[in-house]
Amino acid sequence: MAAVTTALTDATFDEEVGASPEPVLVDFWAEWCGPCKMIEPVLEEIAQENVGRLRVTKLNVDDNLEVVRRFGVMSVPTLILFKEGEQQLRLVGAKGKAQLLQELSRYI
Amino acid sequence: MSNATNGSDQPRRVVVVGSGPAGLTAALYTARANLAPLVLEGEPSSTGDQPGGQLMLTTEVENYPGFPEGIMGPELMGHMRAQAERFGAEIVAAKVTRVKLQDGGPHTLWYTDPSTGEEVQVEALAVVMATGAQAIRLGLPRELELTGHGVSTCATCDGFFFSGQDIAVVGGGDSAVEEATFLTRFAKAVTVVHRRAELRASKIMQERAFANPKIRFAWNRVVTELVGDQKLEGVKLRDVQSGGEEELGVTGLFVAIGHSPNTGILKGQVELDSDGYVVTKSGTTATSVDGVFAAGDVADKRYRQAVTAAGSGCMAAIDVERWLEARA
Repeated sequence: MAAVTTALTDATFDEEVGASPEPVLVDFWAEWCGPCKMIEPVLEEIAQENVGRLRVTKLNVDDNLEVVRRFGVMSVPTLILFKEGEQQLRLVGAKGKAQLLQELSRYI
Repeated sequence: MSNATNGSDQPRRVVVVGSGPAGLTAALYTARANLAPLVLEGEPSSTGDQPGGQLMLTTEVENYPGFPEGIMGPELMGHMRAQAERFGAEIVAAKVTRVKLQDGGPHTLWYTDPSTGEEVQVEALAVVMATGAQAIRLGLPRELELTGHGVSTCATCDGFFFSGQDIAVVGGGDSAVEEATFLTRFAKAVTVVHRRAELRASKIMQERAFANPKIRFAWNRVVTELVGDQKLEGVKLRDVQSGGEEELGVTGLFVAIGHSPNTGILKGQVELDSDGYVVTKSGTTATSVDGVFAAGDVADKRYRQAVTAAGSGCMAAIDVERWLEARA
């Protein structure tokens, strides 16, 4: 199955996150971050299982400093859930699937 | 996932809990001995108990024999995992939630299936506990709140966000000095806050740090308070000799004051020492419970190296093999 998770950039962030009818989960990640790699497959699974209810996206912190600064991200991975462009939930550090789903369940 | 993990089946011959160098080496050796090990590798986390263990939070590993140019921690763990799988180890990304160990076995372990969220029970004749250790926090008010907002236990995860800033590292051992050195790639200056007047870190790490113009030392100091509302703006330090207080303006604080073993699920079932480490019989990996073995940092507060963990994982596998043979 093709990857459902999509990549955001400084240029596309506002449009993609603000205009989305579904809540958007943004994974702030980096190539050099071990825990980021660990949650990548978990997020892809969550994305595939929640098509139509949740959009899962990722933002490379090295290349997109504007969004990183705007949201004061100081750790990777950081996951932020947006609904109608508003920040709803913020999770710092890698977590297992069950815990992620539990945290997200109020919003999707 | 195999149906052999179903509780109604025959017990597994061996279950390995944890997937750092100790767990994966135990898996490799028991797999090659045709014991079809099940490895419960843990769940993603950023604290030290994640699959792959503490090396997943490091960058370059320069002291693992066989890699003259060094190797990245996560890459080394990827190799160990692939090697264990190649010989038939079954690896499940789940964290063991509780265990019931009994002298002579079989032992029962429970974990949450990551896909279904259901609790799974597995029986094992022998168990290798290799759950490792994780970084200790300072235990200060608001430390958790400020984690991810300036306070960090993972320099490799968070160092990047402190480009051109003043930051501090707390601790005086190898991990503190290694982190401080690593963080100078990004930070304007790194202050190492240490409660003693000398470092415990290895000589080579110390020399590197002393030679680094970006590293300063605040000797005989402890952190008493985290300053800052939404994010860290500074820390209060106390001089342990004079009792005097001062404030250090830093936007980042990296905590590397030591480790504590991941033995929560073992309390009351296996003999632990006063610091919570599993007690093993001298020269072996046998614990106080017959058929339960321990390897790596969970039973080692003295050496705590990737290579000693791997070595004790091998010992545990051989101990398991002989134990199973003896009772057959």
